[in-house]
Amino acid sequence: MYRPARTAVWSVGLFALLLAVALVSATFGPVRIDPATVAMAMLNAVVVPAGVTVGTVPVLGIPVPVPGLEYAAVFSFDVPETRQIIVADIRLPRIALAATVGFALAAAGTVMQGFFRNPLADPSIIGVSSGAAAGAVAAIAFPALIPFGSLHLSAFVGALATAFLVYAIATDGGRTPVATLLLAGVAVQAFLGAMISYMLVHSGDSLREAVVWMMGHLNNSQWSDVRFALPVALVGVFVLCAFRRELNVLLLGEEDANHLGVEVERTKLLLLAIASVVTAAGVAVAGVIGFVGLVVPHVMRLIVGPDHRILLPTSALAGASFLVATDTLARAGPAVVPVGIITAALGAPFFLFLLTRREVHSL
Amino acid sequence: MTSPDHDPRRDGAGPEPATVSITDCSLSFGDLEVLANVSLAVEPGEFVGVVGPNGAGKTTLLRLVSGALEPDDGTITIDGTDVHDLSSRASSRLVSVVPQDTTLSFSFPVRDVVEMGRHPHRSRFSSPSPGDRAAVERALERTRTADLADRPIDEISGGQRQRVVLARAISQETPVMLLDEPTASLDVNHQVETLELVRELVDEGRTVIAAIHDLDLAARYCDRLAMLADGSVVRDGPPAEVLTGDALADSFDANAVVTPNPVTRTETVTAFAGEREAEPLPDRVHVLGAGSAAAGVLARLEAADVAVSLGPVSSGDSAAETARSLGVDTVETEPFARPTAAEIETISSLVQEADATVLADFTVGSGNRALLDSLDETDSLVLVETRPFAERNFAGGEARERYERYRERGIEVPGSRVLEAVSTVGANRSRSRSSAAPDSRESTDD
Repeated sequence: MYRPARTAVWSVGLFALLLAVALVSATFGPVRIDPATVAMAMLNAVVVPAGVTVGTVPVLGIPVPVPGLEYAAVFSFDVPETRQIIVADIRLPRIALAATVGFALAAAGTVMQGFFRNPLADPSIIGVSSGAAAGAVAAIAFPALIPFGSLHLSAFVGALATAFLVYAIATDGGRTPVATLLLAGVAVQAFLGAMISYMLVHSGDSLREAVVWMMGHLNNSQWSDVRFALPVALVGVFVLCAFRRELNVLLLGEEDANHLGVEVERTKLLLLAIASVVTAAGVAVAGVIGFVGLVVPHVMRLIVGPDHRILLPTSALAGASFLVATDTLARAGPAVVPVGIITAALGAPFFLFLLTRREVHSL
Repeated sequence: MTSPDHDPRRDGAGPEPATVSITDCSLSFGDLEVLANVSLAVEPGEFVGVVGPNGAGKTTLLRLVSGALEPDDGTITIDGTDVHDLSSRASSRLVSVVPQDTTLSFSFPVRDVVEMGRHPHRSRFSSPSPGDRAAVERALERTRTADLADRPIDEISGGQRQRVVLARAISQETPVMLLDEPTASLDVNHQVETLELVRELVDEGRTVIAAIHDLDLAARYCDRLAMLADGSVVRDGPPAEVLTGDALADSFDANAVVTPNPVTRTETVTAFAGEREAEPLPDRVHVLGAGSAAAGVLARLEAADVAVSLGPVSSGDSAAETARSLGVDTVETEPFARPTAAEIETISSLVQEADATVLADFTVGSGNRALLDSLDETDSLVLVETRPFAERNFAGGEARERYERYRERGIEVPGSRVLEAVSTVGANRSRSRSSAAPDSRESTDD
């Protein structure tokens, strides 16, 4: 029977792995920095809330007081300033963002595969990525038409609007059949694909930027991106984890799940909504990064088994390590490329290897 | 000394008994009416078997009670509460379901699948409590699946899976259990074992409604049977009152005899293939033939309450033995002996009196060539053949020609359809008799 201790051991182990991968990753780059310096610089970057300040934000010209937190550094190791800047302001935000996006995509992929009882499901199966891409390409190609101004916000809104649209199309009389959802997702993705292509054709000088965004990359990552995506991913995955048992029971089929006390339609809506928000947060800051959400859950299923109580947290943590590692290759490898290319180029052959070994035959 | 959260139900004594009432329920899928005004009241601690032919609505009825389907009209209550007013969680504490299709395509260990039965009893963030673990182990023991507990569910056999799903329902500890064909894919040993277990659960106070295909098992283990046919409860009562030849004929379109089982003393149903025909069955049928072909024809006719006679048949033949056990009027001859003139006389008159005559692997020897004359006079012939005529003809080419003519005049059918055939030829004969038509052979000569 399920042992919580096993999940705890795996989670702690994978979190330690993530820290180790992050540490190693931060040593790579145009400037090699030794691990000890990196570790000290990373610790120097750790801050804790130290006090409350009240700033003002002008709303319609009237200053409105907004409480904010004041942070203080915990450690002060002696690290050369340039090294500290390289690690803390250039490499760490990118590593943190990679971890956040991998965490979000792998968790959402696990949920979608269980939810759809389909091994080919991935986080964007109901069109979240296409929606994000449409929003992002629109923001890049026609900045004047997009009221939000921000590329990330535009992608995030596009992703959620698409998920909601697909859900609304597939819902009839309070019921949302999973097969209808899947097909509606495919159709809406095809339509958005056409829209994106149209926008690309007319994007003029911004074509390159749009294409690179769609490949999925973590270039120019800022702490502000992390501050946007990480809370969404953490809260979302926490909520998904609260529904791990329901995910297991749903694997039995909806009617059986109902007989075992799962409010099926409500649970489906909630899982779909949270998984979509988590995916959207990841895709909005990093573009369409494929295969993380598909392959990582399968690999973890082979290692820890299909029980979502252990599979969901371990997949999320493994996804974080995976994307940090692949992004290290993407930024510090022989050629600097968008990380989406690396994840697919590594993920696809690995997935095919698993398939031909018949390791992936069920959920 | 009992702790405040002490729950006596966790002690294995079984949950509080509950009453299930189905009142005037109707349900249509589109234009197809699946259930029409079905009412059924099930008392606490009662084991009701729902029987009926395929498509009668057994599964649909169970899905109504489980709350998976909502009736167009009527109500289903458990202890007075409408099941459709309950949340999934509340109803899953009252009713557990063992579905017919138990295919699971993921590799959870068996124990974890059984543990899912505890879902309704657990809060969101709790780990399995000692009570949960005990309930799971108990359910594994009772269904004899404990030795499978660590095997992946997708690597055990269909029959084992069915017992695991039953274990899941037991671990749910509900007062009402609904079982849809719980023994469908089990071998005979596990069928009996499973139903003994269900019986035990009922004796502990659970209320069980089960769709059961096997009428003999249903009669043996259920307190009451409800026979569904075309979406209605056509009979409802103790097995002995529900399982009668007439009821089976009406509901299943089956020819069946119901006899007490010599061992269990419960009703045993022996059904014969073939539908009850629109044509009425003839009153009297004479059978000429031997071996298993003739024996099968005799059994089918006898089961359909047709007066049968047989002969000539050699006294050592299996058909003769069957005829004796069924009490069929038989003209027996000594083995290898020619029928006497008197015997041929008797047979000729039996053929004349019969509404139909069946040739079941009829063997023509030089001794019974005289019988062929009496067959020339009847036009209501049915032929049931399992062996080629050449193997059965010891009377030469002339006999073969005459037999060929019977083939043309009669109907040739496999043994399973003999009832249909005798009805058809019997009806033709009575029609031609009542209209007192002139001899047809003369009219065609004109």
